[in-house]
Order: sequence, then structure tokens, then C-alpha cells
Amino acid sequence: MIEQLAGSWNYIIVVILMMTGLFIVIARANLVKKMIGLSIFQTSVFIFYISLGKMANGTAPILDGNPDTLYSNPLPHVLILTAIVVGVATTALGLALILRINEAFGSVEEDEIIAAKASQSLARPQRPTSEAAE
Amino acid sequence: MMGTAILTNLPALLVVVPLLLAPFSAVLPIAGLAWVLALVGTGISFLAALMLQSVTENGVRISYHLGNWEPPWGIEFVVDSASSLTLVVMSGLGFLATLAARRLVAIEIADKDSGKFYAAWLLVVGGLFGLVMTADAFNLFVFLEISALASVILIGMGAGTDRRALVAGYHYLVIGAVGATFYVIGVGFIYAITGTLNMGDMASRLPDAAGGAALYVGFGFMVAGMLVKAAIFPVHIWLPAAYGYAPSAVSTLLAAIATKAALYVLARIFFTIFAGTPEIVDIALSNIIVPLAVGGIFVGTIMAIYEADIKKMFAHSSVAQIGYIALGLALATPAGISAGFIHIGNHALIKGGIFMAIGGFVAALGTRASLETITGIGRRMPITATAFLICGLSLAGLPLTAGFISKLYLVRAILETNSYVILALVLISSALSVVYLWKVMEVMWMQPAPARSPKLVENPAIYLPLWMVALGNIWFGIDAGWIVGAARLAATALLGGGA
Repeated sequence: MIEQLAGSWNYIIVVILMMTGLFIVIARANLVKKMIGLSIFQTSVFIFYISLGKMANGTAPILDGNPDTLYSNPLPHVLILTAIVVGVATTALGLALILRINEAFGSVEEDEIIAAKASQSLARPQRPTSEAAE
Repeated sequence: MMGTAILTNLPALLVVVPLLLAPFSAVLPIAGLAWVLALVGTGISFLAALMLQSVTENGVRISYHLGNWEPPWGIEFVVDSASSLTLVVMSGLGFLATLAARRLVAIEIADKDSGKFYAAWLLVVGGLFGLVMTADAFNLFVFLEISALASVILIGMGAGTDRRALVAGYHYLVIGAVGATFYVIGVGFIYAITGTLNMGDMASRLPDAAGGAALYVGFGFMVAGMLVKAAIFPVHIWLPAAYGYAPSAVSTLLAAIATKAALYVLARIFFTIFAGTPEIVDIALSNIIVPLAVGGIFVGTIMAIYEADIKKMFAHSSVAQIGYIALGLALATPAGISAGFIHIGNHALIKGGIFMAIGGFVAALGTRASLETITGIGRRMPITATAFLICGLSLAGLPLTAGFISKLYLVRAILETNSYVILALVLISSALSVVYLWKVMEVMWMQPAPARSPKLVENPAIYLPLWMVALGNIWFGIDAGWIVGAARLAATALLGGGA
């Protein structure tokens, strides 16, 4: 039992991180915290992929002429390099939107934004108005 | 020499042209020029899609190797009857939406942002084309995110007229990113079982691979992720706000083409990747997708009935219409899938026209279009309102409109499978959709405009493309031969182990 757990150690971490991230995305009302949760969630998937490619005792896949050398699978690493770029773009865009939301609504808390929505929307979000509202 | 080089590289050009034009558009200081670039980009795509469609009409399947790398190692683009029909629908409506965008964008987006707006516009279009063509499961995720992030930017640009667009964009970003990540988890599992990312290879290796639980988990995650992107009930919640608060031009583009690509990918997951393991696909389709589709049809229709804001009303109605498409595809019979494809085309025409017309109302009124503000607009803006009426009748499925053809083929496909409960539900929901359409039409045409209302100006830059779409609705309602034939071929290509 313990051995089995130790053997799939990475995957247990992946599941814990995945659930943590998803929980934060769903349960937190703060928009910035939601982005943090999303990043944790995505990172867990990165670890999942990299664990898939790892061979026990495998080394970096650079040919050394020895037929007995075990190589790790490089493909998941390359895929995750792409996924990381996508993740960075997602986070950057999310944070930029939060910045604009803060300017327009004067808050990054979801419940306060929903309360503000009930009142009439602004013609154009302007910095001074939102600061005056605080 | 040059000509053949272009012809053989058409699938790549379809994606490369919009993506390459995007950065140029972003740095252009003049809004009009950026629009011309967007128009050129979508126009070239439309021509390329038409050419691909004419090539694949006889069941030919084009396999394009990006960078001349053989498929298992390199990325493959596949264009067959199914993807080329989807491409023609998307690029055609994308082109018309771009035509109408000039005036709508000039009103709603600040001049200095226009270049960036059209850059994001081109990225959405190019990303969606790639999504439809790619045969590499991971590459699909990249295109998914290119188009999703760019559409978030476009939705957020609605903040110029309504700050709620920012929140709608943010929610779409978060929900969409979770959906896309689910898809990636699923691909990870299937990759672990099969050791390949090529969809065709996946399909041929899955039946022999002892996948066990990993197969089910991978399948579930991939499907769940795409359900989010296709806005199928109950993960459709991002859609009404996103379409409702986005700038008018963006609502037109997204409503006409964005969810269509995701629906097509969903069909390919079911019928291409998992073609070798039909037992899990059958269980998922009949026990999960069909009930969800029917649920979406009802939730969307009922929400639309209770909505007073016109844009959000038709966004809710989109949820219902996506349900019809998903229902057709989920029947998994040739008739059902071709009904799904017919409605992919017809719904793009219907919703493209409706959101264009609403854009015209908003542009003339200068306020959001709600049941209150459009009172009596039928007489104040007769040209736009008549086109809106045609698209609305098409949505309701009146004979001689495109919507009727969709309903006819869907009902026939359901009858073939002898599922009378579903048939009854579809017919009831169709009747319900008349309720919200009647509400809008009654206010527009039968009530007088408020006294002393100012004269409204109709702009040909908006109503000319709108009328092209409206006439398209009538054309494909009377002469449906092309789309029905193409949809049938698409169904054959998809079911016949299309990969």
C-alpha cells in the first residue's frame, strides 16, 4: 500500500494541486485569487505531463552512443513548454482585465462587482470616477 | 508554378494569412486601413475555404503536412468534406461580419484602439480555422487558446460602452481556461495510452491499447473541456453575458462562428478519435450529450423568454440553438449528423443576421437595445427591421427560410431513431421559441414609437451586409440542395472513419 503510494507520488501531488487550484477558482470571490487558483490548476497539469515522460533512471534524450542508456521521453516537455506559454498569456490577460475591472468598478471582489452591476453602467470607465467612489 | 504552390498550400494559408496580417493591423494607426486588412484576411480565407470545399466535394481527403514533416512526428492538417463545410460556413460569415464591422466598430471602439481590435479579430478567425483543420490533439489546444484569448480581448473592448463587458470577458477567460485545461488533461491520458498525438493514430491504436480506466478518464476530460467551449448546458453560463456585453460587431462574429468550431471538434472527438471504441462513445452520447442538449434547448429558450435586453435574449437563444446542433450530432446516425451540420450553417446565417441587425439598432439608438428602447422601431428603421424580421422568422423555422430546413432535417433524423420523447420535446421547445420572438416583433412592429422620438438614420454600411445575410436565409430556405448535399457528405466523412 505504502509502496504503491510512493510509486505514484507525483500523481498524488498532481491531484492535490489540481483540486486545490480548481477549488480556489470556484470558491474565492476575489478575482486575483481566482487567477492564482487557475495558475495552480494549470501547473498541476504541467507536472502531470512531465511525470508521464519520465523513465525510471532515464536521462536527457541526447544520444551518447551507448545502446543501454535509457532516455526520458522529451515530447511531453516540449508540449508543456507550449502550455506554459499559453498559461502565461492567460494569466497576463486575466490580470490586465482585473486592472481594468478595478478601474471601472473600484473593486476586485466578485460580490461587490455584482452589487455594482445592479446600478447603471458607466458610459466609459474613467479613473477619477472609480477613485471618487471609494 | 506560383499558382500550384498556392493551391497545394491552401490549408496552411487559411490559418497563416489571418495570423500574419494581425500584427500589421495592430500597428496601423488608421482604423480604416486596419479594417481593410481584416477584410482582405477574411476574404482570402473565404476564397481558400471555397476552393478546399470544391476539391473535397467528391469525398477527397486532403492531408497537409506542416513543414513537410510526416504525420506521426509532424503536425497534420486534415481537410475533408466535414471540415471544409465548417470552414466555408465560418469563413463566409466571418467575411460578412467583417464587412458590417466597419461602421459598428467606428461607433463603439475608440479610434486609437481600432488597429488592435482588428488584430484580435484576425487572431480569432485564424485560430478558429486552425482548430477545425488540425489533426493533432495538442495543436488543437494551442489554436483553442489563440482564439479564446483573442475573443476575450474583443469582448473586453465592449467596456467602452458598458463596463460589464470586462466582467463578462473575465468570466469567459477563467471558465474557458479551465475547459481548455480539462481538454489537455484528457489528451495527456490518451497520449499515455497510445503514445501519439495524431488523431488518426489515436483512433487506430485505442481499440488495441489496454486503456482501462485511463481511457474513460481521458475521454471524459476531453469531452468535458470541449463542452465548455461549445457552451453546451450546463457549462454555457459564460455565453449570455459574453455575447450580451461584447461590442455589436464581436457579438456578430462570435455568435456566427465561434461555438461552431468547438461543436465540430466535439464531433471529431466522438467520431474520429474514439471511432475505435464505439461502446463508450455510444454511452456518452445517448446518456449524457442528448439529455444535456435537450436541457440546453429548454433552459436557453426559457431564459430568452424572460430576458428584456435584446442582445442577451438572443444570446440565450444561441444556447438553445447550440442544443439543437448538439442533439443532431449526438444522434450519431448519418441523418442526425447531417442535420447537425445543416444547422451549423443555418444557425450561423440566422444569428449572424440577428446580431448584425441589433448592432444596427444600437448604432442608431445610441443606447442598449431592450424591449423598451426598440418600441416601434419597425417604422423608424424599416430596412434594418425587415431584415431582422426575416432572420427572426428563420430562427422560428418558418417554411421558405433556412431555419425551416434545419428543423425539417432534425425532426426527420429524430423520427428515424424512433425517439418520440425527444421529438415531442423538440417540437414543444420550437413552439416556445416563438414566444420570445413574438415579444420582440410585437414591440417592434405593432406598438407606436414614443412621441417626439428623434429620426433614426440607417447606415448602408451596416444594412447592406445584413441584407446579404437575410437573403441568404431565404435562399437556403428555398434552395437547400447545396447545404444538404454538403452536410450529407460531411456526415459520411465523419462516420466513415474519416481520419
